[in-house]
Amino acid sequence: MASDAPLLDTSPKVSDEIRQTTCYMCACRCGINVHLKDGEVAYIEGNRDHPVNRGVLCGKGAAGIMQINAPSRLRAPLKRVGPRGSGEFEEISWDEALEIATAWMKPLRESAPEKLAFFTGRDQSQSFTGYWAQAFGTPNYAAHGGFCSVNMAAGGIYTMGGAFWEFGQPDWERTKLFMLFGVAEDHDSNPIKMGIGRLKERGAKVIGVNPIRTGYNAVADEWVGITPGSDGLFILSLVHCLLKAGKIDLDYLARYTNAPCLVNMDPDSDEFGLILKDDDGRDLVWDRREKRPRCYDKPDVVADLSGTWRHAGVTHVPVFHLIAERYLSNEYAPETVAETCGIPAERIRAIAAELAHVAFEEEITIDREWTDFRGERHSKMVGRPVSFHAMRGISAHSNGFQTCRALHLLQILLGSVEVPGGFRFKPPYPKPATAHPKPHASATPGQPLAGPHLGYPQGPEDLCLKEDGSPQRIDKAYTWENPMSAHGLMHMVIANAHAGDPYRIDTLFLYMANMAWNSSMNTAGTMEMLTDTDETGAYVIPRIIYSDAYASEMVAYADLVLPDTTYLERHDCISLLDRPICEAEAAADAIRWPVIEPDRDVRAFQSVLCDLGHRLGLPGFVAEDGSAKYADYADYIIHHERRPGVGPLAGWRGDGAGKGRGAPNEEQIERYIENGSFWIAHIPEEAEFYKPWNAGYQEWAVELGLYDAPAPYIFSLYSEPLRRFQLAAEGKGAHQPPDHLRAQIRARLDPLPLWYPAGAPDPDYPVHALTQRPMAMYHSWGTQNAWLRQIHGRNPLYVPTKIWETHGFADGDWARLTSAHGAIVVPVMHMAALNENTVWTWNAIGKRKGAWALGKEAPEATTGFLLNHLIPETLTGEDGRRRSNSDPVTGQAAWFDLKVKIEKAPAPSEAQPAFPPITSPVPPAPARVARKVGE
Amino acid sequence: MTSLPSHTEKKLGLVIDLDICVGCHACVTACKGWNTENYGVPLADEDAYGANPVGSFLNRVHSYEVKPEEGAAQLVHFPKSCLHCDDAPCVTVCPTGASYKRVEDGIVLVNEGDCIGCGLCAWACPYGAREMDPTEQVMKKCTLCVDRIYNENLPEEDREPACVRTCPTGARHFGDLSDPESAVSQLVAERGGMDLMPEQGTAPVNKYLPPRPKDAPTDVLAPLLDITGEEPKGFLGWLDKTLERLG
Repeated sequence: MASDAPLLDTSPKVSDEIRQTTCYMCACRCGINVHLKDGEVAYIEGNRDHPVNRGVLCGKGAAGIMQINAPSRLRAPLKRVGPRGSGEFEEISWDEALEIATAWMKPLRESAPEKLAFFTGRDQSQSFTGYWAQAFGTPNYAAHGGFCSVNMAAGGIYTMGGAFWEFGQPDWERTKLFMLFGVAEDHDSNPIKMGIGRLKERGAKVIGVNPIRTGYNAVADEWVGITPGSDGLFILSLVHCLLKAGKIDLDYLARYTNAPCLVNMDPDSDEFGLILKDDDGRDLVWDRREKRPRCYDKPDVVADLSGTWRHAGVTHVPVFHLIAERYLSNEYAPETVAETCGIPAERIRAIAAELAHVAFEEEITIDREWTDFRGERHSKMVGRPVSFHAMRGISAHSNGFQTCRALHLLQILLGSVEVPGGFRFKPPYPKPATAHPKPHASATPGQPLAGPHLGYPQGPEDLCLKEDGSPQRIDKAYTWENPMSAHGLMHMVIANAHAGDPYRIDTLFLYMANMAWNSSMNTAGTMEMLTDTDETGAYVIPRIIYSDAYASEMVAYADLVLPDTTYLERHDCISLLDRPICEAEAAADAIRWPVIEPDRDVRAFQSVLCDLGHRLGLPGFVAEDGSAKYADYADYIIHHERRPGVGPLAGWRGDGAGKGRGAPNEEQIERYIENGSFWIAHIPEEAEFYKPWNAGYQEWAVELGLYDAPAPYIFSLYSEPLRRFQLAAEGKGAHQPPDHLRAQIRARLDPLPLWYPAGAPDPDYPVHALTQRPMAMYHSWGTQNAWLRQIHGRNPLYVPTKIWETHGFADGDWARLTSAHGAIVVPVMHMAALNENTVWTWNAIGKRKGAWALGKEAPEATTGFLLNHLIPETLTGEDGRRRSNSDPVTGQAAWFDLKVKIEKAPAPSEAQPAFPPITSPVPPAPARVARKVGE
Repeated sequence: MTSLPSHTEKKLGLVIDLDICVGCHACVTACKGWNTENYGVPLADEDAYGANPVGSFLNRVHSYEVKPEEGAAQLVHFPKSCLHCDDAPCVTVCPTGASYKRVEDGIVLVNEGDCIGCGLCAWACPYGAREMDPTEQVMKKCTLCVDRIYNENLPEEDREPACVRTCPTGARHFGDLSDPESAVSQLVAERGGMDLMPEQGTAPVNKYLPPRPKDAPTDVLAPLLDITGEEPKGFLGWLDKTLERLG
């Protein structure tokens, strides 16, 4: 009845103002429009112009309004007054807080800088925090990569100079077959969702390889419910099938990889297994036409994948021979691997056939000329439209590094990297391991470190060892235990500091890392280490400083808390020096800026570091007149130059026209804000593919300041750095490993990808146990969000049909889950779309009572639980030595090696283990949320 | 009792693609955000940080496991909000006329000023698409963002429901389902768009596109890869020949 219908204003005012900045509800870094009314945030939506999300926004992003108003926000600096771990604090002024921090750290710098261990969590300012730690002079700095996905990064960079996510992405517009390995529901968030939507729209096929069928795997056209930890074996079986059928791109391999490079095969030689070099140390290949070894990058070289060369009594064979020999072996035949992988042999063959068909029968070409690094002009770009993406499911295992390498071997054999329809790098990648710095860890009192902490060792001489062979770093990164630990081992810092192995520290300084809860393995043990005292009653870890924006579990374990701002109250830069937001066809970076002012006595952590840097007299933080060099982080973002003309932000440098290079520009941040808080520079068309070998791309990258000179390279199917460590373990060279690690290094640091079981098989613990992060939650952060916790407030243990029926589970039941390390008692739920030998739960839903401003009866704190209690950070070897529960190559935390046994248990009053509540450092949360800013 | 219009000039509604929805809940919080700040009272949350948080949401995503006769179990993500039915039982049951269906576009709304919070409409809706606001005790439901789709303060491209604008996978489409030429009607025709629970006789305007078939069984007759050589030696022979051909 139109006449009866009430009058309705269908054009209400939307907001007074839109401020555009960058989201931080997860690590994806989408552009957002923040609508304000009367200066308050009224609504958050995606920025349509932004390269990452093009207008869309995920469930977390749109709930940001509940994050910036969360009752868990810290309000002022805190000084501990109760015992450590109690959560009893008094609020103090910033002056007092900074004086305390300075008084603790300054003597360390002057006497033993390594006594400060500074580790950051999901830090998006690593190039800055690392710079600060370098200036301090401690070798003990890293971010969270060691317990997240360093295998993914290092496996990719050592193999092909880039990896997935921030390093590259599938060619979403052209790929026809997309295989996703071990991706739960994140990393990266919106781009994968947008990409999968686009593939579906185009009718491209998606194959999801994951023990658990949720999220992206739920929409995949085909689901491969693989047994956890066996992805490498499955991938190498695909390689086996493709090699056996000759379905590999020989031309691509000969031109762009080290497949034709000649390997010394003389076991007596000091260069056994290394690639033959010319006098300038450059790799040699057999030239098919000239019948002699020549440097791989000669303009007219015809690299032979088959030619061997015997010279001075030494036989040299091309890498490709070694590849054929290894992977044609029946060890990798589908029939051999089927049972271990939980995938029928015929299915493996069918997937291999489909990959081959799409790559070679559905080849695509773009009529676009380009010139390669040898100077050869090509009339077109040929694409093999299969692409891959992978994340923690394959990397968070103790065989993860080699599994990541195996996946890259597969896509390179298919010729599908950096071609139309395949996987494409995002600037500043491609960038091979040799173009990255090497690690630096020699501490000198009162002096900065000689170079950056984290880097890519090329051989034993780059390890971070003291003269007596003991580790220089508290986390034992870059030692023989895990030589290529490119992101450090954050999961070992507390355990090693507590054990005094390799040495004791004084001050543990953590940022945004919830190490007293979901970010640690062995959570209960970690809490004990943090509170443990010595015979004098002093804490074994004497001092802990922590910075967080929220009342996380870790806050209770700090002696001094430096409260951070929320993401809408701060400056940040998402920098090309760090982890940028580039696209395959563009370089881009971005900022955050305070679109609202904090209503609490809090400060952005990076600004606090600028202040502390001045108080401590750190080089780079003190002006010539002795004053603070940077007033705050924004001042640093604008004025810091890492190399002359190259700073944290690439856009609007110099007079405002500078791209990538140019003097600091006082108005740079204003220019970013005017442009929606991001900057983008598109790659010229002829440079959009074949980037490692494309002369046009190399020139563009130099112009932009990504490199200082063109740096083309070939992919390392065969990894010499790995071989150099292996060679040392065989007894060759000046740098020798301790005897107890020789066998491990020989077996695991193989120069060609291989598979070995993830973790020692133990018949007592036959079931795999995993976690996944839900799409609408990011680690622990989502729990304090009134909207998101209504979506994911509970985390049962999901149990597959076979185990469910075997144990006679029913709805509402509880189970005791036991590993070799510990036991938990938790609620169960049946799930059929699951590998039959795997149980899992959502990550970090369980919370400690008293944390995150949640009520003590909140389900997160009563029935919520962590699997972390079952996972040890330290293992004891057969020789009785302590070692980390990590990948032996990179030190990546092997979270997903976890094996358990499951049994029905009487329902306890709450999930076990339960811990006493901590005193909340913030006032109780309101009972009701009904927030409308406008009229 | 409240009457339904005998005819609406348009049938605005959503087409939701179940083949693409990954269950990310982006539509849920974008909806909550917009509709808290806009139409009617804010969407409140009681016991927001406590044991039993209860908030009103106009759109929720449910996940269902499906076990086909053959093959692996599947998971279907199923977003659900008001379907703006032609024969909306929630309207006819309303004792005060607060619930009504608009003649101009078919959107079903609640005039909160006239709502007495009796909850009859929520009982009448077979889809469970209406939620009582826990604080104000008025009935809340999807408005199809009636205050966005005509909003002259928004750029033209943003005049669509918040859930559609935000959906990262592009699983949500908005348009006039009475117009057979509209993009949404075409999509429904191409993909076999379905009514939810047609047996209820509510004639919903919103449509769901069914998931495409998944996990085709491995075809044992499909051409597999030809073998070049069983042993490395055979392989290298093939390699030499192939390289000769490549020149």
